Amino acid sequence: MTEKKFDPVIVGFFCNWCTSAAADLAGTSRLHYPASIKPIRVMCSSTVDPVYLVRALQEGADATILGGCHPGDCHYITGNYKARRRVAIVKTVLKSLGFEDTRVLLEWISGSEGPKFARVMNDYTDYIKKCGPSEFKYLDSLGGEKVD
Amino acid sequence: MAMKRIGVFICHCGRNIAGTVDVKRVAEEIGKREDVAFSTTYVFMCSQPGQKLIEDSVKKYNLDGVVVANCSPTLHEKTMRNAAARAGLNPYRVEIANIREWAAWPHEDNPDAATRKAIRIINATIEKLKANASLEPIEVPVIRRALVIGGGVAGMQAALDIADSGIETILVEKEATIGGNMFRLSETFPTLDCPQCILTPKMNDVAAHPNIKLYTYSEVEDVEGFMGNFKVKIKKKATFVDWDKCTGCGECLRVCPAHADSEFDLKMAKRTSIYIANEQAVPLKALIDENSCIRLQFEKKVKEGKIKPKKNVKICSKCADVCEPNAIHFQNNEEIVEEEVGAIIVATGYEVMPAEAFPELGGKYPDVITSLQFERLLAPSGPTAGIPRRPSDGKVPESIAFVHCVGSRDPQNGVPYCSRICCMYTIKQAMLVKHAMHDAAVYDFYIDIRSNGKGYEEFYHRAKEEYGVNFIRGKVSKVYKVGDKYRVQGVDTLTGRIVEVDVDMVVLATAAKGSSTVKEIAKKLRIPYDEWGWLKETHLKLKPLETPVGGVFIAGAAQFIKDITDSVSQGSGAAAKVMALLSKPELEKEPLLAKVDPEICAGCGRCKDQCAYDAITIDPVRHVSVVNEALCEGCGACSANCPTTAIQVVNFKKGQVVRAIDVLAEVF
Ligand SMILES: Cc1cc2nc3c(=O)[nH]c(=O)nc-3n(C[C@H](O)[C@H](O)[C@H](O)COP(=O)(O)OP(=O)(O)OC[C@H]3O[C@@H](n4cnc5c(N)ncnc54)[C@H](O)[C@@H]3O)c2cc1C
Ligand code: SF4
Ligand code: SF4
Ligand code: FES
Repeated sequence: MTEKKFDPVIVGFFCNWCTSAAADLAGTSRLHYPASIKPIRVMCSSTVDPVYLVRALQEGADATILGGCHPGDCHYITGNYKARRRVAIVKTVLKSLGFEDTRVLLEWISGSEGPKFARVMNDYTDYIKKCGPSEFKYLDSLGGEKVD
Repeated sequence: MAMKRIGVFICHCGRNIAGTVDVKRVAEEIGKREDVAFSTTYVFMCSQPGQKLIEDSVKKYNLDGVVVANCSPTLHEKTMRNAAARAGLNPYRVEIANIREWAAWPHEDNPDAATRKAIRIINATIEKLKANASLEPIEVPVIRRALVIGGGVAGMQAALDIADSGIETILVEKEATIGGNMFRLSETFPTLDCPQCILTPKMNDVAAHPNIKLYTYSEVEDVEGFMGNFKVKIKKKATFVDWDKCTGCGECLRVCPAHADSEFDLKMAKRTSIYIANEQAVPLKALIDENSCIRLQFEKKVKEGKIKPKKNVKICSKCADVCEPNAIHFQNNEEIVEEEVGAIIVATGYEVMPAEAFPELGGKYPDVITSLQFERLLAPSGPTAGIPRRPSDGKVPESIAFVHCVGSRDPQNGVPYCSRICCMYTIKQAMLVKHAMHDAAVYDFYIDIRSNGKGYEEFYHRAKEEYGVNFIRGKVSKVYKVGDKYRVQGVDTLTGRIVEVDVDMVVLATAAKGSSTVKEIAKKLRIPYDEWGWLKETHLKLKPLETPVGGVFIAGAAQFIKDITDSVSQGSGAAAKVMALLSKPELEKEPLLAKVDPEICAGCGRCKDQCAYDAITIDPVRHVSVVNEALCEGCGACSANCPTTAIQVVNFKKGQVVRAIDVLAEVF
């Protein structure tokens, strides 16, 4: 068997008002970052149910990144503080199951920070490449349940 | 019911997308899906024929959902939704897959990866779309009143235009007079108009307009609500004077023994502790500066127990003693008032970096000042009556050096951008110095002259040819004191030689930044700003006056430093936006809001704790959560905290998002 180069899958949840705008700006400015980032726009970082992060890891992602507005700047006033708490919970759960909690990343990237967006995506992809594929997807016991 | 006949339209965007993403391969791949009835590509989906393609296809293939894979939804989501609606498809059955900014452009170095990523984004979008419900916009009543924040020339123009259309307008200005920075200027390029002469009529119109309610020396304290329905708290700062009684006669100013730096003159002069912002202030009212007033400071110390008042001691009340209408009461009359408005314009203007920020350019010396300070010294109504004098010793300078681009185009020491107006005002100032003092030696150090406006280049040539200003192309590296003079040292970039001149005064054209209050105000309004304090528009080219928050607009130098012509134009432009918005009796609100399934809600209240808008109540009888649609903003914070999935945001339901995640996370 030939060893394939590890090309990680990183699901990115980007809030509509800040980090999605930053992603747009990074694109418009033709800043490059790896296609490993698989993005989805959510209205606010607080929309992101811990289940979303876990589900992404379980379905095959090697990491997840949640991007929101800077503290105090959330379009919905305090959504990012709520997100921060939820991410902390997910990290604790991952750790207690014996997985690296660095596979969930929370970053504040504002709409004018296109260069920061590209930098974070580059750095995080590099980091995950070093970590190697996530084992979490092989954890069958968590699977099965349908969410509606 | 999940959609079964979806149409997918992949845009080439000329070569913007198709130059990287293999759009044909994408269309074929997506066309294989069972739930996709039609999949195609087109060169420009946003064009008329592109929209027509959607309309025709919806009818021809009886589509029950549409995905357009093109640019950011901020640009064309509305266009595409409208196209589908014209063909009878509910607009909420249309979703955008952003494959330009999010795939083609950032991965232009890897076309294969970009193509695969585009396919993945489209598949995820289809999974989300499939369970979208048909929705109707929610109608909310509109309050036909407007708020303008900032009473500079841009804000005044906006307020006047809106008020002229019959809409009541509230203008809030933080200083004790309206007029903004323009009122500080000596004369204005390129016409050399006197700004006071052309601005006072506008200021008086604002004060006298039956549809304008003016709050000066006031600040916006809090903003609640949404487009069409904002509740605003305004803080009227303490003046210690009853403005209903004050006639602006100025008697008090003559007797006040205490002094402080004049805000209006930017420290180029002192004012008394009780003061009127300037001689032509609107409104012409006196106020006391608490920090320098002998009486108020004394009272404060007594209150804090720092001093014990002796019996029969007469503490200063000189101003009150001479005030005929008895307006001065020394009472802290700070007050919060509430206003309701349907739309808001932010016109909070700019500030310039202080000279002190550039010690190597002599900013620490009193005779090295900013251009804006120098405007006050050149102004006929200013502290030196238009003949500049050195702040250190009052001497009329015989030689002056002007330095362009101080902090501008210099990310290390200031900002990366060009402050845009400095070349022109420096040329103007050099000319005015020559006007006032024919024999003065004037040196103008520039990197290059940017004179890109109507009449600007001609103005520059006049300065060179008629006025004999010495223009030196060179970057100044150092300013230091030599005896009574300041030595300006730089390199003439045309000859490569070191230049040194000794002058009496140095004027630094320091970089402009957004108002220092902008962060606070932007946070209250939830609108974005950048690290230099400029408010961020929705789209730099096509929506320069809009912000992502519906009903909130920006105008003038608050968006980015600009000249008076452009500030006034933006003021009028933003006013037109507000008038259009307030012309309708009702506004449409996006129906993408939280909804509760009472069958599974446990009434635990965990959603209620999360809502920043108090949109949720727990019905005490049925013991289930109820969402107030007028208040809900659709953030989804509630749903992420609900243990039963009872509360969800319409068309962002968990099942939809999870299915999209499954596609995104898949390894292949
Ligand atoms: C040295 C210099 C010389 C210039 N000369 C010329 C010239 O000759 N010709 C020309 O065309 N242009 C000139 N300009 C540019 C000109 O000053 C601006 O174009 C103009 O003042 C912009 O108007 P504005 O209303 O947008 O902002 P501003 O004039 O800055 O007004 C903003 C107003 O908002 C108020 N404000 C700020 N924050 C708040 C808040 N939080 N709440 C309430 N109120 C607030 C401020 O107090 C101010 O009154 C010059 C600029 C400089 C620096
Ligand atoms: S959190 Fe969920 S279950 Fe609890 S009250 Fe709110 S909607 Fe009902
Ligand atoms: S989505 Fe939920 S938390 Fe957000 S505003 Fe609406 S009710 Fe409140
Ligand atoms: S909208 Fe960006 S974090 Fe809430």
